[in-house]
Amino acid sequence: MNKPIIEARNVSFQYEGAQSPAVNDVSLSVAQGEFVAVLGRNGSGKSTFAKLLNALQLPTSGELIVNGIKAVTEDDCYEVRKSCGMVFQNPDNQIVTTIVEEDCAFGLENLGTPPEEIRRRVDEALESVGMSDYALASPSMLSGGQKQRIAVAGVLAMRPKIIVFDESTAMLDPIGRRDVFGIARRLNLEERITVVWITHFMEEAALADRVVVMDGGKIALEGTPREVFSRTEQVLELGLDVPEMMKLSRQLRDKGLSLPEGLMTVEEMAVELCRLK
Amino acid sequence: MLKNITLGQYFPGDSLIHRLDPRTKLLATIALIAIVFVSKGFCGFLLIAAFILACAASTGIHLKFLIKGLKPIFFIIVFTFVLNLFFQTGGEELVHIWIIRITDEGLRMASFMAVRLILLVVSSQLLTLTTSPISLTDGLETLFRPLQVIHFPAHEIAMMMSIALRFIPTLMDEADKIMKAQKARGANFETGSVVARAKAMVPLLVPLFVGAFRRAEELALAMDARCYRGGAGRTRMKQLKYQTIDLLAALAIAALLAAVILLNRFGPF
Repeated sequence: MNKPIIEARNVSFQYEGAQSPAVNDVSLSVAQGEFVAVLGRNGSGKSTFAKLLNALQLPTSGELIVNGIKAVTEDDCYEVRKSCGMVFQNPDNQIVTTIVEEDCAFGLENLGTPPEEIRRRVDEALESVGMSDYALASPSMLSGGQKQRIAVAGVLAMRPKIIVFDESTAMLDPIGRRDVFGIARRLNLEERITVVWITHFMEEAALADRVVVMDGGKIALEGTPREVFSRTEQVLELGLDVPEMMKLSRQLRDKGLSLPEGLMTVEEMAVELCRLK
Repeated sequence: MLKNITLGQYFPGDSLIHRLDPRTKLLATIALIAIVFVSKGFCGFLLIAAFILACAASTGIHLKFLIKGLKPIFFIIVFTFVLNLFFQTGGEELVHIWIIRITDEGLRMASFMAVRLILLVVSSQLLTLTTSPISLTDGLETLFRPLQVIHFPAHEIAMMMSIALRFIPTLMDEADKIMKAQKARGANFETGSVVARAKAMVPLLVPLFVGAFRRAEELALAMDARCYRGGAGRTRMKQLKYQTIDLLAALAIAALLAAVILLNRFGPF
């Protein structure tokens, strides 16, 4: 296990005027280069947790250290945001400028990077998300998936150590969803960028290194996707679903087929079914 | 359909004038407007018109786009013309019907004012036709930057303008969607009196405004997340740079000014 890049100790956060804390006594450590999926029904506190990671909100109690920095002052927040990028849910509401490449440059411009360096990094980032051909296009002409890829490029250009995706695929069509998830997975594997992937889609969570399920602001379940989804009853009770293949294998087992536990993907299922013959 | 609207009236191209630095174009337009005011005779106007037409021709922009821009002020031009025609009473009398007297001085003054107005509008047209809104914004920001010393919010204004430009198509889309949703539930936007139609817009505008505020909040968060801290310490990927053509443009404008001053003194009319 690598050293932790995100270290949360008993972190709580309560919105002003709220009855109960949105994030309640959460302790979690994420290792450098890990791909962690965070699941939870609406209002479970997962998006608030994301905002804490990016120092958009500061914990009301507890200690949160991101990339070695505990955000207290405004300058700390700025440092945290440099190393921890964030891709939001609505692709329309996070693109700032009218030209794709200018939007990618926005973060670097804010950091005061020299122009030639910005140019180089923007080209690199657009290349990395496969949007180089659209560098001079207007974002309003792009599809949702393409806009999200631009948003990823904008974050990527800042060379963060961590990228938090806050339900970034929720508003996309299946192709856009696959593209954006694919990019996140590849960045994680090839560039060793730590990814915190907040989602409603079990199929995406199934491909993560680790799954954290939140409920009522607390961590309800935690473990590898296999461990978490094997506890089907508990997962369903938390208002979530399990991946389709898990349901199918369960039903097939009930009918008397001898399938192993913890089948999650179509490929695994196909292999096991062929073995039965 | 709403996606295809053009912002402003920018006419994309790659002519010399298109490639001029936006600051040069802004300053040149201001200078051109000043020159129009400097000119005291039709001779000068003729030269300025020739200059503007030559510029327009070099950009490949069709003349009809320049003329189209005159439409909104057509009434003002006619009004100015008529007013000057009837109320300038000096000079030799040409027509006298009942209380209406038209003199040669009046006719001259009226045409002078009308031509001046047309030239003013057409010269600013040339700027907006050849400069994209976003480079105009950049140009304005850079030009006004020195004023930040006296706390003029140049960066903030430019940022607001560019965000507004960015969100026009998005909000148009949203308006379209809301309209369809309301129509599906029986709303009627097309028929009825003006008052009835204005009232029908309320259920369109309210959700549009609420949506815009929500978007603004999310955008602010996204900008924060990408380390936005205002204009101080910010760099730009695309630096505005004066080039040789900008110098040439400045010289051309200076030559025009000199010629107009000379024509004022020695011109035949």
